[in-house]
Amino acid sequence: MDITLPILILAIPISMFLILGIGGVKMSRKMAGVLGILGMGTTMALAYTVAFTYFFSGDSAFIVDGIRQQLQVFDVTWLAFTEKLVVSIGFLLDPISAMMLVVITTISFMVHLYSWGYMEHEPGFQRYYAFLSLFSFSMLGLVVATNIFQMYIFWELVGVSSYLLIGFFYKLPSAVSASKKAFIVTRFADLGFLIGILVLSFYTNTFNFAALTSDPASALASTGGATFMGASVLTWALVLIYVGGMGKSAMMPLHIWLPDAMEGPTPVSALIHAATMVVAGVYLVARMFPLYLVEESALTFITCVGAITAFYAAVVACCQIDIKRILAFSTISQIAFMMVALGVARPELHDAMGYMSSMFHLFTHAMFKALLFLGAGALIHAVHSNNYTEMGGLRKYMPITHWTFLIGCLAIAGIWPFAGFFSKDEMLAAMFANNWIWGAWMTMVAGLTAFYMFRMYFMVFWWEENPHYKEHKPHDAPWQMSLPLIVLATVSCVAGFIPFGELVTWNGAPYHIHIDPVVATTSLVVAVCAIGLAAWLYMKKNSKPAAMKNAMPTLWKAANRRFYWDEIYMFITHKIIFNIICKSIAWFDRHIIDATMDGFAKVTQRTSVAIKGMQSGSIQAYVLWYFFGAVLLALVTWICLL
Amino acid sequence: MDSVGNIILYFVVAICMVVFSFMAVTSRKILRAATYLLFVLISTAVFYFQLGYQFLGAVQIAVYAGGIMVLFVFSILLTHKPDDTSGQIESHRRIAGVCASVLGGAALLFALFTMPVAASGCSLAEVLAAGPDITMKEIGHTLLGTDKFRYLLPFEAVSVLLLACIIGGVVVARKR
Amino acid sequence: MYSMDLGILWYLVPSVLMFACGVYGFVTRKNLIAILVSLELMLNAADLNFVAFNRYLFPGQMEGMVFTLFAIAIAAAETAIAIAIIINVYRAVGNTDINEISKMKF
Repeated sequence: MDITLPILILAIPISMFLILGIGGVKMSRKMAGVLGILGMGTTMALAYTVAFTYFFSGDSAFIVDGIRQQLQVFDVTWLAFTEKLVVSIGFLLDPISAMMLVVITTISFMVHLYSWGYMEHEPGFQRYYAFLSLFSFSMLGLVVATNIFQMYIFWELVGVSSYLLIGFFYKLPSAVSASKKAFIVTRFADLGFLIGILVLSFYTNTFNFAALTSDPASALASTGGATFMGASVLTWALVLIYVGGMGKSAMMPLHIWLPDAMEGPTPVSALIHAATMVVAGVYLVARMFPLYLVEESALTFITCVGAITAFYAAVVACCQIDIKRILAFSTISQIAFMMVALGVARPELHDAMGYMSSMFHLFTHAMFKALLFLGAGALIHAVHSNNYTEMGGLRKYMPITHWTFLIGCLAIAGIWPFAGFFSKDEMLAAMFANNWIWGAWMTMVAGLTAFYMFRMYFMVFWWEENPHYKEHKPHDAPWQMSLPLIVLATVSCVAGFIPFGELVTWNGAPYHIHIDPVVATTSLVVAVCAIGLAAWLYMKKNSKPAAMKNAMPTLWKAANRRFYWDEIYMFITHKIIFNIICKSIAWFDRHIIDATMDGFAKVTQRTSVAIKGMQSGSIQAYVLWYFFGAVLLALVTWICLL
Repeated sequence: MDSVGNIILYFVVAICMVVFSFMAVTSRKILRAATYLLFVLISTAVFYFQLGYQFLGAVQIAVYAGGIMVLFVFSILLTHKPDDTSGQIESHRRIAGVCASVLGGAALLFALFTMPVAASGCSLAEVLAAGPDITMKEIGHTLLGTDKFRYLLPFEAVSVLLLACIIGGVVVARKR
Repeated sequence: MYSMDLGILWYLVPSVLMFACGVYGFVTRKNLIAILVSLELMLNAADLNFVAFNRYLFPGQMEGMVFTLFAIAIAAAETAIAIAIIINVYRAVGNTDINEISKMKF
């Protein structure tokens, strides 16, 4: 394949970042916006071309005997540590990276367009576009990484872009602390990732994905059966790498940064914290899936963490008031869904259907969750508040937002024929195939998902009109914001009919999706029941929700406070780490290290004070000493001559 | 064997020199100290004469006793009232001074009396007879010649130094 | 008596005593001019040594004498400058006590 397009896909966003970042101050808002949108649009067109060529051209470079091939378009040596341990920068093209190229560029372009309307009056508009470009570049670099080290580099870059964008409103203390929280938590997780990389490459002598995944058995053999605390080092390496993914993908217990990250501008939440960056953990596991397959204990770990997180986040989402927080917890829950699907995937179970469905859900979720976030942005834009208590009855005032939002909710709830139904059904089928416990558990989570989404939907668009509407009438957003909503809603309607199994599977061989009627019916019934329950409770203003809340105040409060995870973290960091560990270290620093240095200084000072009298400035004293010295010398000479 | 007159002259001058040196550094009236210094300088000049260096003795009297002493007296008169006496010397200072001078003097005297030349008991008459008379012509050649043991360059250097001194003295002391 | 001849020591011993007096004066006196007087004493002692050594050890030559001549010239120059400085200090400070002149110290 020609390397021009792949290089351009990476070069355009980074050059946009440089142009807007350096020259943005001198540009008008309009120019910066148009430049950013055009740059991203070009990138999107190029990415579509590349993905289309890869999937549909039938070229022998991409598909051999019906099996899709993994292809390194280019791979340039960057750092050579030893003969075998080489870090290179390259462009890897395979089903998942091609799919991710489409997802990232589509959502990013929509967000670029949307932001033009949403951020119109914000100061730092040019800076915002520069950061968006930086993020797009980093995310594209991440998904096309040919080796795990390149991935790590871009992994950190997306972390930085996320930090910059969460803290975009840097005058708000809450935004600043949220950005710091996101950065520190993910950085902490990335430490695990880095150690995992080092362990893995130490034993296998390579960073390259193709080398690692094409022959996982030799990777296992290279460890020579070394174990650490009862588990093999390969398991440790894979689990540690997954810890990095847990940080980025907000799995428990490292999820605490994501809800706070909603302090950033809403389009940023749609792009980074719903559609692309947060699925990097899923993508990482998918990328290294053959390696995980040889260490099934690591996959089991992933499944367990995912299942717990999915349930937890869904429960918390039922009790939030801030619509962006609800969406954030919904994101956590859905990503955990994908993680579980990956964790239960086995080649012998329907050709690792879990892998395929996880990627499918990643794709559809990116579309409808971006849609929901952008819709939430339109609501916030109209009402100037994040809380649904300030909304209600908005369906008459904002029809476009209402209909697109409803499509998003139906899609995430898994109602036929919207996108979420197909991907969710495949995931649930894969879970049931592995073990009915996973399937039943996640079906329950799917029901909860439908419930909390429609709870929010009814509270925002039905319930009772807010009296403030009379003086400040809410209205639909301008075309720059409505257009992405409509596009994404359309995609959410039709994405389910994409023959995804033909395109993306774990080994490249096509898999024909067939709907499992039992699973599909069950999940559909559960979802419809949940929606019905939500409609019964929240469609018209009534006292039932308040009565429920008063019936179980402790549970409601705990869920509303996210089951006190932040408080636990605060307790651990402040009471244990700061108070006990840091204080003792500080004591050591102050009383041992500093004291030694102070001792040196004091000795020097005392000595100088003691001897500074010698430099009296009195010529007579000097002469006296000189004379005594001369006499002494004479004496010494005489003794020597004796 | 030196003549008795020479020996008597020597004793008179040597005693003068030592006594006046002592008084010059102990006198509390600065003008008196300067006067005692003058006596010491003249005594030194007499020694030069006795040792056969008439020109040097004359220079000593003319430059030191004449020129420098006039400067001293002038500066004293400019900076002191007639009845000024310097204050009592602090005892630790006096002890330090006594120690330094006694120790140093003892060391030097010890070195003198143990050095080999001290034993060679040449009399003054002998050495005076051994060397040729030093004529003015000889001195002039020595100071302004360019051969070996001739000192034109230092002579000129000293004259430049003196010029610098004149200018420096004027610049430093002039009223601003 | 050691010898009634006027040997070299006869001239060196008064020179040593003069020098010791100079050292004592230099160390103890507080008046700048008195210090200068002590300095002249020490210089004079050195001059006398030059001359005595020249006469007794190398009677045929005159280097000692020439050095003494130069020393006298330089002493004159030095004294002139020193006295100019002293007068200037007196104008600025009001006296010539060495302990009072500490403005330029440190």
